Amino acid sequence: MLRMKARSLELSPPAWTILPRNLLALVVILAIAIMMHAWVRPAVGNYYNRVMMDVGINIVLAVSLTIVNGFTGQFSIGHAGFMTLGGYVAAATTYYGSQLLWSKAAFFGGTLSSNTAESVFSAGLLGGGDLLFVAGCVLGGCIAAGAGYVVGLPSLRLRGDYLAIVTLGFGEIIRVLLQASGPQVTRTADIAAKNPFELTTALGGALGFTRVPIYTTQFWTILFGGVTLLVAYRLKQSSMGRALLSIREDEVAAEAMGVKTTRMKVLAFVIAAFFAGMGGGLYAHQLGQINAGELGFMKSFDFVIMVVLGGMGSISGATLAAIVLTVLPELLRGVAEYRMIVYALLLIVMMLVRPQGLFGVREAWELIRPLTRRMFGSGAKA
Amino acid sequence: MTKFLQTLMDGISIGSLYALIALGYTMVYGILRFINFAHSDIFVLGAWLSFSVALCAGWTASGAPLLFPTWLWTVLIVVSVLGPLLYVVERTALPALRSSLGPRVPHALAGGFVVTAAVWAWVLVGLVFLARATTASASFRPLTGVVILVIAMGGCGLAGYLIERLAYKPLRAAPRLNVLITAIGISLFLQNSGQLKFLFGTQPQKMPELMENKPLAVVAGVAINRVDVIGAGTAVALMFALEWLVFHTRLGRAMQAVSYNTRVASLMGIDVDRVISFTFVLGSALAAAAGFLFVMKLPGALRQPADTGWVLLGLKAFVAAVVGGIGNIRGAMLGGLFIGLLEYFGVAYLRPELRDVYVFVLLIIVLLVRPSGLLGKATVEKV
Amino acid sequence: MNRVRAFAACAIIGLSLAIILPGCDNSPQASAATSPGSGSSPTNSVPNPTAGTTTPTDASANSPATETSADEYVVGHYASMTGSEATFGKSTDDGIKLAIEEINAAGGVKGKKFRLITYDDQGKGQEAATAVTRLITRDKVVAVLGEVASSRSIAGGQVAQQNGVPMITPSSTNASVTEIGDMISRVCFIDPFQGFVCAKFVRDNLKLSTAATLYDRTQAYSAGLNDDFKKAFTELGGKIVTEQAYAGGDADFSAQLTNIRDKNPDVIFIPGYYTEAGNIAMQVRKLGLKSVLIGGDGWDSAKLAEIGGQAIEGAYYSNHYSDEEQRPAVQDFVKKYKEKYGAVPDGLAALGYDAMRLLADAMTRAKSTSGKDLAEAINSTKDFAGVTGVITIDAERNARKPAVILKMQGGRPRYAATIQPK
Repeated sequence: MLRMKARSLELSPPAWTILPRNLLALVVILAIAIMMHAWVRPAVGNYYNRVMMDVGINIVLAVSLTIVNGFTGQFSIGHAGFMTLGGYVAAATTYYGSQLLWSKAAFFGGTLSSNTAESVFSAGLLGGGDLLFVAGCVLGGCIAAGAGYVVGLPSLRLRGDYLAIVTLGFGEIIRVLLQASGPQVTRTADIAAKNPFELTTALGGALGFTRVPIYTTQFWTILFGGVTLLVAYRLKQSSMGRALLSIREDEVAAEAMGVKTTRMKVLAFVIAAFFAGMGGGLYAHQLGQINAGELGFMKSFDFVIMVVLGGMGSISGATLAAIVLTVLPELLRGVAEYRMIVYALLLIVMMLVRPQGLFGVREAWELIRPLTRRMFGSGAKA
Repeated sequence: MTKFLQTLMDGISIGSLYALIALGYTMVYGILRFINFAHSDIFVLGAWLSFSVALCAGWTASGAPLLFPTWLWTVLIVVSVLGPLLYVVERTALPALRSSLGPRVPHALAGGFVVTAAVWAWVLVGLVFLARATTASASFRPLTGVVILVIAMGGCGLAGYLIERLAYKPLRAAPRLNVLITAIGISLFLQNSGQLKFLFGTQPQKMPELMENKPLAVVAGVAINRVDVIGAGTAVALMFALEWLVFHTRLGRAMQAVSYNTRVASLMGIDVDRVISFTFVLGSALAAAAGFLFVMKLPGALRQPADTGWVLLGLKAFVAAVVGGIGNIRGAMLGGLFIGLLEYFGVAYLRPELRDVYVFVLLIIVLLVRPSGLLGKATVEKV
Repeated sequence: MNRVRAFAACAIIGLSLAIILPGCDNSPQASAATSPGSGSSPTNSVPNPTAGTTTPTDASANSPATETSADEYVVGHYASMTGSEATFGKSTDDGIKLAIEEINAAGGVKGKKFRLITYDDQGKGQEAATAVTRLITRDKVVAVLGEVASSRSIAGGQVAQQNGVPMITPSSTNASVTEIGDMISRVCFIDPFQGFVCAKFVRDNLKLSTAATLYDRTQAYSAGLNDDFKKAFTELGGKIVTEQAYAGGDADFSAQLTNIRDKNPDVIFIPGYYTEAGNIAMQVRKLGLKSVLIGGDGWDSAKLAEIGGQAIEGAYYSNHYSDEEQRPAVQDFVKKYKEKYGAVPDGLAALGYDAMRLLADAMTRAKSTSGKDLAEAINSTKDFAGVTGVITIDAERNARKPAVILKMQGGRPRYAATIQPK
């Protein structure tokens, strides 16, 4: 037992090397994000641009949920709660921040955050506004992560469905409390006069938090989505990820093997909540408002469905499911009343026909590799 | 004092409905170990069926309504013809086909299942005519409520049976999460098809008042209404019936056995599939009864099937099941009452708009302090 | 290293899928682009009353975008056609369709006919924003009409403002909707005015002085109107004795009403939708309360009387119009609506009808159909004779017009009073 622990410690490289080790991947993500924003966005027009941003945001949320539901085998159905929390925090940060810094809540970003600028390279890439926006998203992520810690704690005692119900209850509590918050302060002078702590309760109440400056662009959704994918992928491959997977397979056995199951489960919750909070920030700054009433448990179900359809624990599966399930309702927009019925039937049929989801536990390339091997006949195993 | 008594009465009245719905959740969970998210939609179906049947029976001022839309008759007739046909093929030709074509031919064409469904549906149609008859004659008019209740329970029982057979049964071996997703899918399907024009539509409706709602007595300024008394009475009677069914009959014992250990139960000669089907029928019928009693109590609250209010009601009933100890029938009853009282006292004495928060906070506290619920037994994870 | 490469490959595959998949719907839509009566025969001189409207259930619903040719104007409407608030969307849509039919029958505007595209937003803000984006960028609409609920009007309005396409909201009464920018206007009055109207009616016409309110804390419309009524009522010398809230989706209000009963107010103000109002009224009477019930325009539906029955008799609510008003515009509209849909139009239908007619009127006046010119024309509307009153769009792009008070009598709303703007 002791020896095993020592070996696993040896295997994992020191923490400070995280950034350099992933530098190439980060550069690739950044390059794709800039390329998409510079060339694809103007080419496809606003509507597709919007759908693609929706896809990106849903990828962030679905993949982060995969960490809890897929890797760790815990069952969270309150993911929208983290999203809402992060979204409100990010929106409030940008809105009140802009009001305090520039005395109005308008767009103060560079071309990377602009959906209207024709050319990305015409002016400054980044402005003060989008730095505030990113800071808001990260802060939202952190606060959501804190909430994730609180929600994850019951997993000390609860398993499976009970934990699911707690997450559901948490999401609902967040929703009701936000809906009962005070009205948004809109006059700059009032905001400056108020104690910052008072502003934390002025979150718009029933109307939701509105007038949020719009910063979310393809660039940010791809960047955040890419980072989420990278973290999830690295996590899955790391010793910690294997510990999470072992909890999913057999918690008692994992415990016996020296995995600190409680800590690992809480950690999974914290990471997932962090990215969900960031996703919420993207959502709020794409829509220009965030309304807790629309982010109830039905929204959480959307993400659970993505994870399960993609295959439990498959990052590429969750990604693909997020894409398909965002685009599908758009394709069905023409058939208004029947749209949700068709959607529901597809879901049921999918579960009946392919219960393991699109990819099962595996990733897309793991499924492709045997296929190519068979096709091109390396023929080691007949 | 008046306020306290009034709140107490309201809490018990709605709590007994929560208890009825919670029973369905708890029974399904006890046997299949998954949260049947479609259960709250069965409750809604019960409420709307009661309304539709009341309309068919002639309980409305605005003209005589159609007995049934034509499409319903069409479906009924097609199913009634198809079922026996399939059954005959299944019994006569299928073994021969299997022997000649090999194992690709399925074992059964589910003819027996379709026959069951068709017979069931025709019985319901017959009952609707009975409801019409009782409505028409002055002396039997008070009985219509009972007939409508029976139809709603039967209709939802059929729906529960169909859902279980078509959607859940093929997933018996799949991970629980898949069943849960399917349940969500069914819930979405029921909600969205319910609001189609030719079903229930998107308008809220008013349930006809099947009996005069007069206060029976006034105690300390609180009027005790007839509907509330009859509603609570019916709920309690149904719970006693269930109690008797589960603890004092062979079938009930079979349910307990399956809930305790499915594999051993099947080894002991219990037809597990039948027991599960029966559990769904029973739970759905109770939810339908709750739906009927709900619209009797609040005739103006028959909102369209996809309204979020319905889902929240269902969720609270589920919380009731958990608080009482999920899988435990008496616990569900206790939990229902407890949630009802908590909710109403919270609304009356604290901030009313946070009524959902009280329920969910209680849920979290109970799960942290006593995860197995008030009456549930703590289970040890078997290795 | 290998893993990083695999990851990068997957990222690229995923992203390209993200591009390709939404692009897929392009082809079938473009190819199936023959809508009945609109695209196929541009020189159709016989005014065909049904030609102008396209509902999403038509085969042509998938075919809007491509041929916004010279012969027609496309108008977009986004509404909740499914979900809890579907009836509002449907009423508005019917009103708009009637207006379009009428305008097209009269030869259209500047020789061009109108065609309507309606998208469902399921009562969700995100869907509303996407629907408006789709209307503007793919269907190339000249203007957008839409939404009853203010939060969704804000979501859609921001998109319209950003894209420089005018949007008229028929029935969002929350003040913040038109504050988005110069592209957004409305044909209904706003909540502060409605709160004032109700308060004034109670104080001046009914001469009552104590009020309780019962409102939905989770509904922006209800909470906002509650605040406005409270303010106006106190200013006019009345007294709010208690304020009770509930959360959307609640069905049993007995706890709140018990609290209200303790205070025994003269009136109970219930700003909410008719779906709850009828239900609340029944419970009010069941508890033996005798107070007068007052509500806002959310009450306006034939269903109110049906659900409320005897309990709602004698209640008042403020509304945009009354079908009993003798103005020819009203009587004409009511007659046509009854002919087409077989029902008395509610306020939302009237507002949808007015919004569309006002748009058409503005288009005859506009220098061009570019967003800027059209918005200018809409915003300079003066004394437009609508069904819901004579509409003047003020500097805040809100409609200035009177409100009517209706009284529930004999199972239907009867005209009680008209209250002029301050």
